[in-house]
Amino acid sequence: MSHPLFKVIPKEEYFLPGTPACPGCPAALGLRLLLKALGPKTVIVIPACCSSIIQGAYPRSAIKVPLINIAFAASAATASGIAEALELKGIGDANVVVWAGDGGTADIGLQGLSGAAERGHNIIYVCYDNEAYMNTGIQRSGATPYMAWTTTTPTGKREIKKDIPLIVAMHRVPYVATAALAYPQDYVMKLRKAAAKKGFKYIHLLAPCPPGWRFDSSKTIEISRLAVETGTWVLYEIEDGKFRLTGPSKGLIDKSKRKPVAEYLRTQGRFSHLSDEDMAKIQKIVDENWEWIKRWLEG
Amino acid sequence: MRLVLTGNYAAAYAAKAAKVEVVSAYPITPQTQVVEKLSEFIERGEMNARYIRVESEHSAMAACIGAAMAGARVFTATSAHGLIYMSEMLWWAAGARLPIVMGVITRAMAPPWSIWSDHCDLLSLRDIGWIIYFCENAQEVFDTIIQAYKVAENEEVLLPAMVGWDAFQTSHTAEPVDVLSPDEVSKYLPPRRPLPYVIDFERPFTHGSLCYPDRYMEFRYLMDLSMSKAKKAIVEADEEYGDLFGRKYGGVLEKYLCEDAEIAVVTMGVLSGDARYAVDILRKEGYKVGLVRLRVVRPFPSSELKKELKSKKLVCVIDRNISIGRGGILGTEIKALLKNSSANVVNVVAGIGGRDVSYEDIVNIVKRSLDLVEKGEVPEYMWYGIDKEYVVKAVGEYYEPPAL
Repeated sequence: MSHPLFKVIPKEEYFLPGTPACPGCPAALGLRLLLKALGPKTVIVIPACCSSIIQGAYPRSAIKVPLINIAFAASAATASGIAEALELKGIGDANVVVWAGDGGTADIGLQGLSGAAERGHNIIYVCYDNEAYMNTGIQRSGATPYMAWTTTTPTGKREIKKDIPLIVAMHRVPYVATAALAYPQDYVMKLRKAAAKKGFKYIHLLAPCPPGWRFDSSKTIEISRLAVETGTWVLYEIEDGKFRLTGPSKGLIDKSKRKPVAEYLRTQGRFSHLSDEDMAKIQKIVDENWEWIKRWLEG
Repeated sequence: MRLVLTGNYAAAYAAKAAKVEVVSAYPITPQTQVVEKLSEFIERGEMNARYIRVESEHSAMAACIGAAMAGARVFTATSAHGLIYMSEMLWWAAGARLPIVMGVITRAMAPPWSIWSDHCDLLSLRDIGWIIYFCENAQEVFDTIIQAYKVAENEEVLLPAMVGWDAFQTSHTAEPVDVLSPDEVSKYLPPRRPLPYVIDFERPFTHGSLCYPDRYMEFRYLMDLSMSKAKKAIVEADEEYGDLFGRKYGGVLEKYLCEDAEIAVVTMGVLSGDARYAVDILRKEGYKVGLVRLRVVRPFPSSELKKELKSKKLVCVIDRNISIGRGGILGTEIKALLKNSSANVVNVVAGIGGRDVSYEDIVNIVKRSLDLVEKGEVPEYMWYGIDKEYVVKAVGEYYEPPAL
């Protein structure tokens, strides 16, 4: 009980054990933490994604809050309808949450996401980003990173990852944040902050996927941590337009503090085919991203 | 209150009278007046409702589903491409058993672009578990939308309902409409009860999760069962509406001069007015003709149609739609109903893409159909009004579906 995690993360469980999630599944852990952070007055909208399966099959359910499954492209619009109707009926204090994968967010769901963000409904949209269509068997998405192997990019993806949090931020919504499972307090605090704000909030959670990224199921947290420590994944929040680094990312502006990106890439089979040149190019993409961040912070 | 309203404005007044709480819609010609009027009502505070101005029809129906899941009475309207774009969500609405009501202003599909009426858009969605009404005029649009809520929210039914009317000829034609106030309608239509399952934080449920083959089929069976019960609910809702407000439409079918008729013309939508006039003319010429107007396509009025049509000499089904390679959709269904009867069914495809079908055309159609029956040359179906010269010039031949 004295562990510092319990100060931030409640013991109550709304995600019950016995789900068909793969061992080491980041979506299961991410959703479990989300429900702990937001509590029972939360309705979850889930489009087609791994969590359609993880929640359990009819007539059983692992989720102890109202849960609506909906079509792949439809989660943000469905949540819009729920949020408006609940407010009209005087239940405006409930959390209306979308829990969607990267395909349902960056690709097929992007129009609906943009529409809901622009209209500013009182929703928390969380994308758990495992960087491919994992539920259908590891096909490339717009969020798949450069040179990653997937079943539809067998020699590596040639395009860079689509930056969804920044696209959402350009809608001038009150809150956008990124998160990583290795830093649960940071994730939970961001969820709470989102819940306390009115309007459209967006959180993008990196979700290292053992079968999809080709690593051992015991390594999910380790790889999540490496993603942050190498600067490949940046923890930040944009609160009412103000950009701020959070957690360990705060100390990584200076390149010498960041581990080489290769340390992260080498842990994953999906990057096993990379040449030194590819590694260098990915390092360059990461470094350029930090240059952008430096400029934003300098205003 | 009597107002001069287009079919579209009548629909907006009906949604207001039904105390709709959430409207979610995307503009498309010829539906726009419906949602423009509703946004005026909502912004002026004449309706206690939210209007979600979505970025697509797919999202329009998704937001309707979300709002209905949260217990609201919801309304939307669309046409043609909008309807087909939202079609995935129409399955979700029906499968979730949500009593959503939607106006469908029927319009032909592109390419080539057309904004005029035919019924291919709506009828292509007849198999997904929505109740389908079709109206003839603005007054019926008003009355039917209110009746549709009564039926959709009936605990034995709990299925969404589309209410169709023809582009421009009904949607943009102004006529005197008797408009009921929300107070008057509340005598007929009480607030929506939280059924089937509405988001409840005290009693959380998971909706729509994976269902294995040992259960999925029962869900579809239960929809079919409810649809069969919808027929009685539709008739009762029409009767009760008539008792309270003085207008009723014959439930699922409207019949005109059918009792002694040897010939029945079957129509749907705005053409029915011309068809009624054609019946009068043919009667004067000595033909024993009547009109059957389909007011409901789903649930299909099988027994009612069979009873009415089985002993006619000629049943002339005028379809304002074409199932490419099969014929008219209503004609195909009616032929299946009457296959063991003595009735000869002539299925005529007419009025596609807004092509005008006048009462003279309908007189011609009936006489020509009668001629084909007498010669024993009834084709599988026939196109009426094709410019043969244009076709021959284009492809070198004119095709006529052959007699079976």
